[in-house]
Amino acid sequence: MTEFALTLLRLAFLGALWLFVIITVVALRRDLLQPREARPASNRPVKPAKPAKPPKPPKAKKSDRVGPSLVIVDGPLTNTVIPLGTAQITIGRAPDSTIVIDDDYASSRHARIYPSDGGWIVEDLGSTNGTWIERTRITQPTALTPGTPLRVGRTTLQLRK
Amino acid sequence: MSTAAHAATVQPKRRGLELALLILAWGLGVLGTLQVAWSTGEGVHPRFWITASVVGAIALTTHLIVRWRVPYADPFILPIATLLTILGLTMIYRLDVAAAQRAERNDNPVTTPDVYDQLTWYAFAATLFILVLIALRDHRVLQRYTYTAGLIGVVLLLLPLAPIIGATVNGATLWVRIGGLTFQPAEAAKIFLTIFFAGYLVVTRDSLALVRTKFLGIGFPRARDLGPILIVWAVSLGVLIFERDLGTSLLFFGLFVAMLYIATQRISWLVLGFLLFAIGSVGAYLLFGHVRTRVQVWLDPFAYADTGGYQIVQSLYGFSNGGLFGTGLGRGYPDLVPFANTDFIAAGLGEELGLTGVFAVLLLYAVLIERGLRIAVTVRDPFGQLLAAGLSITFAIQVFVILGGVTRLIPLTGLTTPFLSYGGSSLVANWIIIAILLVISHRARRPAALPLSADTAPTQVMKR
Repeated sequence: MTEFALTLLRLAFLGALWLFVIITVVALRRDLLQPREARPASNRPVKPAKPAKPPKPPKAKKSDRVGPSLVIVDGPLTNTVIPLGTAQITIGRAPDSTIVIDDDYASSRHARIYPSDGGWIVEDLGSTNGTWIERTRITQPTALTPGTPLRVGRTTLQLRK
Repeated sequence: MSTAAHAATVQPKRRGLELALLILAWGLGVLGTLQVAWSTGEGVHPRFWITASVVGAIALTTHLIVRWRVPYADPFILPIATLLTILGLTMIYRLDVAAAQRAERNDNPVTTPDVYDQLTWYAFAATLFILVLIALRDHRVLQRYTYTAGLIGVVLLLLPLAPIIGATVNGATLWVRIGGLTFQPAEAAKIFLTIFFAGYLVVTRDSLALVRTKFLGIGFPRARDLGPILIVWAVSLGVLIFERDLGTSLLFFGLFVAMLYIATQRISWLVLGFLLFAIGSVGAYLLFGHVRTRVQVWLDPFAYADTGGYQIVQSLYGFSNGGLFGTGLGRGYPDLVPFANTDFIAAGLGEELGLTGVFAVLLLYAVLIERGLRIAVTVRDPFGQLLAAGLSITFAIQVFVILGGVTRLIPLTGLTTPFLSYGGSSLVANWIIIAILLVISHRARRPAALPLSADTAPTQVMKR
């Protein structure tokens, strides 16, 4: 092995070591900087949901299958859709809630929403700051009507049929 | 609708990237070993390609198991851990060659190479890594064993003090010898204690965070809530006094304070932790000769160049000899530092790969720790958050303490350099940590049954 070849080898080793670091950092950077909404678009074209959907013909069939759902329209989890099934849904800061909201204005077990007679009832579970339908704080289990804003802490939800 | 909602949460798994990085890591090992063989004039060992294939097979197996068991896990953690292990193997081989050649020159008996031991340990560590991935479906089951883990952790910490099996090596009583096998129980203890801290803090963090009395503008915890931090402090001091192990003591106390801070988000715990640390270190300095020696050597190593400062002085010479680009593997004198393949492996890397190489290695650690903390941010359950954060912090503290010591940034304390150092206990424990991190990461990143909260989303830029 000549001195020259050894020098080349030495630089090649350092180069390869840095190549590993650079590949890692570049991949990491892509992971970090891509906005969350935009990411699925790179894999498969998923439209931004709301505006595109209503005019579509298969909409009726699809929503039949999915049934009613709860949409978060304001707050940190905006645009999250929770399909409503037959089970109740709990809202609060407790990690085992169905909808976990990280919000200083919400209680650990803030409210629950449960099915009843084909409709959905919301009940406050003794929260500190209350559960609000439009501008009124509810004091007893109240039926949820589609489209009315339901506010828990800084999060606003809506029932969608 | 449901497919669209699903697509919004499905993350690219990036397993292909992981494989590519693993292949690159293996290639680096081969290149480095060949470089050592050629530049030392040792020639390529007849068993070289068998050894390289074994390493490759182990790495590939871990990758396939990850694909099978935790397909959504973070794709960077496994390749980085593997690369660091392979760099360690290369450097240990390099030091074996140096030791053998020195023995030959001085007509000393033939030395036994360490690299095959380390390779065996790597195989064993990978086996345990695989077992953890297979046995641990959900990290939350660990929370059930909070207090069991705490008990095991403390017992493991104290084990070296036990009469028959405990052993003192190089002045520190941190070994256990059973049969012909020695190991450092502290390495395993760090996993158990992290589980314990995480489980304990999840339950108590509210009372530790909320109830406070104001003093000097910072809210401080009530006296009765100080119990746990004082106990951990006392145990750390106990380790320091009776086992004479500065590094482990520092690791556990630092880990606990950091986890307290993460759990409660209160600066006052850091302030308190630092005060207790200061009291402990000043006390130790005044009471114990070996601590005093360390500090004196740190302040002026060249005054003790022939005695207590020999190691650190040789290490500094090594770094300076390496310069910016290093002497090249096989061209330096890394074996002049005592314990070159354990505590001082970074000095060897600094000499032969130079500042450039050391920076690359430090960046690898930084990315590894960042990924661990990112898992902590991403996962939803608080136990998982604390566990992932705590496990990453053990790496951070270890790297800081040992590299800071080797480069004379802080007084030298013996801790292993994660994945790089020669030594089975450390390698096995660190690979188990990697397995636990991957399990948590898999649960954090895999698509949720319901697209519920933003917390289940993958890596994201945090806006605060």
